[in-house]
Amino acid sequence: MTAALAAEGLGKRYGRRWALSDCTLEVPPGRVVGLVGPNGAGKTTLLHLAVGLLRPTAGSIEVLGRPPGDNAGQIGRVGFVAQQTPVYSRLSVADHLRLGGWLNPQWDAEAARRRISQLGLDPDQRAGRLSGGERAQLALTLAVAKRPELLVLDEPVASLDPLARREFLQLLMSTVVEHEVSIVLSSHLVADLERVCDYLVVLASSRVQVAGDVDDLLAAHRRLTGPRRDPAALPADYEVIEESHTNVQSSFIVRYGGPVYDPAWTVEELSLEDVVLAYMSRARSGAGVARRGLSVLR
Amino acid sequence: MVIEFHLNARSGLSPYQQIVQQVRHALRLGLLHEGDQLPTVKDAVERLAINPNTVLKAYKELEHAGLVAARPGVGTFVTKTLSDVSLAAHGPLRQDLRRWLAQARRAGLDDESIEALFQDTFRSSAAEDVA
Repeated sequence: MTAALAAEGLGKRYGRRWALSDCTLEVPPGRVVGLVGPNGAGKTTLLHLAVGLLRPTAGSIEVLGRPPGDNAGQIGRVGFVAQQTPVYSRLSVADHLRLGGWLNPQWDAEAARRRISQLGLDPDQRAGRLSGGERAQLALTLAVAKRPELLVLDEPVASLDPLARREFLQLLMSTVVEHEVSIVLSSHLVADLERVCDYLVVLASSRVQVAGDVDDLLAAHRRLTGPRRDPAALPADYEVIEESHTNVQSSFIVRYGGPVYDPAWTVEELSLEDVVLAYMSRARSGAGVARRGLSVLR
Repeated sequence: MVIEFHLNARSGLSPYQQIVQQVRHALRLGLLHEGDQLPTVKDAVERLAINPNTVLKAYKELEHAGLVAARPGVGTFVTKTLSDVSLAAHGPLRQDLRRWLAQARRAGLDDESIEALFQDTFRSSAAEDVA
């Protein structure tokens, strides 16, 4: 099957600063992909590259098997909801639907109208008078009505209150049930994405820190707590993502290849947030993949 | 609809595990009977704002356990009740547990230590079952 999103050595430079570097990814189709990372990590850059608003400085990216924004047909296959869910404030809700119909050959007018009435939006209301939550719902309705194969959303819930956030995610998930669509959405909060995503990409310091199926990620990471120990003493197939030590105790978050047999360790499962935070803090401390040696014990 | 799912962010269980648990719980308590329909994937997804695969995964696991069956295009239905089978086993298990608790107290464990030990053992054995 063709990947929803495939990047190979992808990079984007603004002046001297690399907003995204050496990004290699292959996201399977039919998934709800969460792109998580702190502000300024390169999330928006990656999404803008994916929808063809930006051109790569290095490497390549393909969306649904073709370069993004290649031609009108390719643009029609991808729906995009930009950050702050922009709409035309002087146009009414109904105007937006009409505009969508003119601009998109595959426009599903009936579904869009039905959705707007389900949401309880007044078609005559000017979009500028809508609440943040309603505006986000309108933007999502428009993006869905063009019947895309891939829907890209940049921080769609960041500016919404908790209730609007929930309603938005309900709308998004019911879209997944009704249409076969791949979704990529970004957030700086894991909690926003935890329930809706089945695939996660962690982006920090302009690089992909980890990517994979959520269940696989959860199954592959554990917290080990036990008597103080040098990380080098851990089995070779354990990758230490995060470590902390007191005089008597060591605690590690590891990515591991198999079960833990050493009875000295207390082994705990991690939440998705724990896993993500471990990778983010590793990226920030710049420890990279290399395992730190004895120095931490001194 | 017979039951409705709800998710607890602090339960320590993943959403899919919570759904499985809630169905099993309802079966054990006799809230669900053979022939009852579980919420449709669409209903559950819209209510909880969760990924449809989470619900499907939970239903698949319940199906695998022989508790429910999917009828394509219609929904997922209960095929077996848990209450009678497991209720009979409650008595002896409770007795065993009482004996174990008395043993633990004799060994000097306080309530908190007992609970910690139980939770820890429970979790690690559950993890082994999954692995």
